Amino acid sequence: MKTIIENVSRRRFIVGAGGLVIAAQFISLKSFAEMHEDYKTGAGAMPHGVVTDPHVFVTIDKNGLVTIIASRAEMGTGAARTTLPLIVADELEADWSRVRIKQSPGNEERYGNQDTDGSRSVRHFIQPMRHIGASVRLMLAMAAAKHWGVDVSDVEAKNHEIINKKTGAKIGYGAVAVEAMALPAPSADQVTLKTADQFRYIGKGTIKPVDQKDIIMGKAVYGIDAKVPGMRFAVVARPPVFGGKMVSYDDSATMKVPGVEKVVVIEGTPAPAKFAPLGGVAVVAKNTWAAMQGRDALKITWDDGPHAVYDSATYRTQMEETARKPGVVVRNDGDAEKALASAAKVVTAEYYLPHISHAQMEPVSATAHFANGKLEVWAPLQSPGGTRDELAKKLGIKPEDVTVHELLLGGGFGRKSKCDYAIEAALLSKAVGAPVKVIWTREDDIQHDFFHTVSVERIDAGLDQSGKVVAWRHRSVAPTIFALFVPDPKHESALEMGMGLVDNPFDIPNLRCENGEAEAHTRIGWFRSVSNIPHGFAVQCMVAEIAQAAGRDPKDMLIELIGPPRIVDPRKSQDVKDFWNYGDPFESYPIDTARLRGVVELAAEKSDWGKPLPPRHGRGIAVHRSFLTYVATVVEVAVDEKGKLTVPRVVTAVDAGFIANPERVHSQMEGAAVMGYALARYGEISFKNGRAQQGNFDTYKVTRINESPAQTEVHMVPHGLDVPSSGIGEPGVPPFAPALCNAIFAACGKRIRSLPIGDQLST
Amino acid sequence: MNVTVNGRQHAFDGDPSMPLLWYLRDELGLTGTKFGCGIAECGACTVHVDGEAVRACATPMSGVADRKVTTIEGLSPDGSHPVQKAWHALNVPQCGFCQAGQIMQAAAMLAANKNPSEAEINQTMAGNICRCGCYQRISAAIKSAITGA
Ligand code: FES
Ligand code: FES
Repeated sequence: MKTIIENVSRRRFIVGAGGLVIAAQFISLKSFAEMHEDYKTGAGAMPHGVVTDPHVFVTIDKNGLVTIIASRAEMGTGAARTTLPLIVADELEADWSRVRIKQSPGNEERYGNQDTDGSRSVRHFIQPMRHIGASVRLMLAMAAAKHWGVDVSDVEAKNHEIINKKTGAKIGYGAVAVEAMALPAPSADQVTLKTADQFRYIGKGTIKPVDQKDIIMGKAVYGIDAKVPGMRFAVVARPPVFGGKMVSYDDSATMKVPGVEKVVVIEGTPAPAKFAPLGGVAVVAKNTWAAMQGRDALKITWDDGPHAVYDSATYRTQMEETARKPGVVVRNDGDAEKALASAAKVVTAEYYLPHISHAQMEPVSATAHFANGKLEVWAPLQSPGGTRDELAKKLGIKPEDVTVHELLLGGGFGRKSKCDYAIEAALLSKAVGAPVKVIWTREDDIQHDFFHTVSVERIDAGLDQSGKVVAWRHRSVAPTIFALFVPDPKHESALEMGMGLVDNPFDIPNLRCENGEAEAHTRIGWFRSVSNIPHGFAVQCMVAEIAQAAGRDPKDMLIELIGPPRIVDPRKSQDVKDFWNYGDPFESYPIDTARLRGVVELAAEKSDWGKPLPPRHGRGIAVHRSFLTYVATVVEVAVDEKGKLTVPRVVTAVDAGFIANPERVHSQMEGAAVMGYALARYGEISFKNGRAQQGNFDTYKVTRINESPAQTEVHMVPHGLDVPSSGIGEPGVPPFAPALCNAIFAACGKRIRSLPIGDQLST
Repeated sequence: MNVTVNGRQHAFDGDPSMPLLWYLRDELGLTGTKFGCGIAECGACTVHVDGEAVRACATPMSGVADRKVTTIEGLSPDGSHPVQKAWHALNVPQCGFCQAGQIMQAAAMLAANKNPSEAEINQTMAGNICRCGCYQRISAAIKSAITGA
């Protein structure tokens, strides 16, 4: 109550005196975080946290044109350049047709965290963006009230105008823009957010993606499209084996290629090298083609280094052996060993998921210009701010002397979180004294990726006489991403184990998770949904295997394992260390089995689960919580006598809390099914002599239209703002592959435990 | 040699084996045509040569001498080609990187066959990869362009 009284009095005072600052000396200012106690996220704990200063994000010109800054990376989810801006615009009562979006450079001191990753954009920024929009709305109201000499409570913002409620007079945003934007940012407790029933754009899904028109006209500018006067083009011959080095090279033939200008050596960095370039020999030329020809003509002797013997088939055997022995216990409820020993039936299965490559449609690329001690970079970057710091460090200059121009990403999926290509461009520009664009060919992009990890997951489940699951032991073995950051870590990090291993939500009294040792023999990085892929695959296939062993319906088995509605808190289980909950507070985002069950039931109902299908058709179901979102997927397949697989229908149910832009949620879930199909059906990067065996879309196949799931239906669980928004970009992926493989089993009785499916159905 | 791109004639005296893709992107600055694979596997670089869809990454400059090349920038002045309109109406793109190629492929298909069957659509469009997975909407947009809906 007190706050409200203070609010009212201060507003009066402010309008009368025409300024906030004096008032602020009398009344303590509430921060954004204090005002949003009921909507806590981990945003503030991210590097450089959240900036809610409206002056940083919004400008309005005299004609009323509103410019909203997009500070995060746009890679196709629509979050950065459509959804977050429409949230600002809605709270600002702006008319969307008079809104422009401007991309910010990389600068986290100014814009707050820009690391576009972990399905965080909407979940961390919906409230800050609402606050920014509402702040500007108030500033406009204050300026208009002053203009009319009335109290701010006598005016109201509506569709790009301020209305004088007493007289009915109207004044456009443009007319008061200068005065309004000269006001200091209101304190958080002065700002009134809209109620959900007042939303015009938020939650509606009616806004066209901002860049769509440019995209279909070929005018949208992606990182690889950067144009800088005087720019040269470069391709790099990188060590074919991770950790290898160039010993010597002969560029005499290269220098004879017309258009080739220079050959430059890039030094590699010994592991752990974070995002540093792999090193190698770069050819700089007048155009990409000449650079590529020049590279082909190089004669290079490599020292392949310690991973020259990496063979993924041998390594798989090694990982399987590890998974058959006890590992480090990372969660321990009850006594799984004892319960397994006394179980009436034990079901055991081992799952294998190979390395995969992101293969985002735009190969990584960057353009850099280093001159007079200053660096400018144009690139598609998931972390433009972080990249700026990495570039400054690498070149030994101050971050203030680095300008990172963020362009559109032709897909990211985690690959473009790692800025090795931008560092390459910077080093090359410095070496040749001109702007340089580095192009990675598709082969470069696939063979020198930061690969999704390879893993063996082994689960033993013990059933009692009645067929109830009483014991569960899940052993996970996979080289960790953290090999990028620390020497030889050997075990999955808490982050990886928190993605579907230790956060297992099942109602099983004796539940044990273990993690065996595994060494990284190539660059491992995060791929859309990360460790949720192998963990979710194993757990959700296992449920169907148990159902089969117990003679039960897989969906009923799943519901039984999820158990009664409750909050599952892994922090209360023994041996769980540093449970991270995707960096967000557990209180805002608990593991809620009622919501988990809810999506299972929704997907089952919408997919006609249990209704008869034609012969050799089958349905499979899987559910997974990742990035704080619950997704259940039912896949319907047909497998003909020859083993030809088709997917006539996919039904996905999503519970992602409050949905800010349902239209783009649809597209993300449709896309997740296509990517899920690719990784299940084809996804494999294998290694021989340390070298990736696939190089382009002829050998590393991805889903094409003629085999793609024909129809993906998306059903969202409706929530108000009281249920915080959670991730969207990634959570659609994990349940797809297990649902597909469960469907294949239902259709033809073939159980797939090793991905990719490849030709396993035809043998 | 001469080549006409989007109605403008250009003289070319460079390496005749250079793929059209790099000429368009690096020399003419027409970056709407994308590089995705370089080996005619993904369709991102699809352009029209004398009205037919070809992969610019696998078409040497010598192959377009005295021919007419149309890129996405030249498909329509304002995005009003029926395929572009359908793409916009159905919000097809995600990241958008493949879409110029998809649109050019679909436009060439419909120019040659006003009413392709589902199987024909799938077969013709199978050369164009969309890693974001917009296929369901690509399919729907083509059907909508056919009916003019
Ligand atoms: S770039 Fe030409 S088909 Fe892929
Ligand atoms: S929209 Fe991203 S590859 Fe097609």
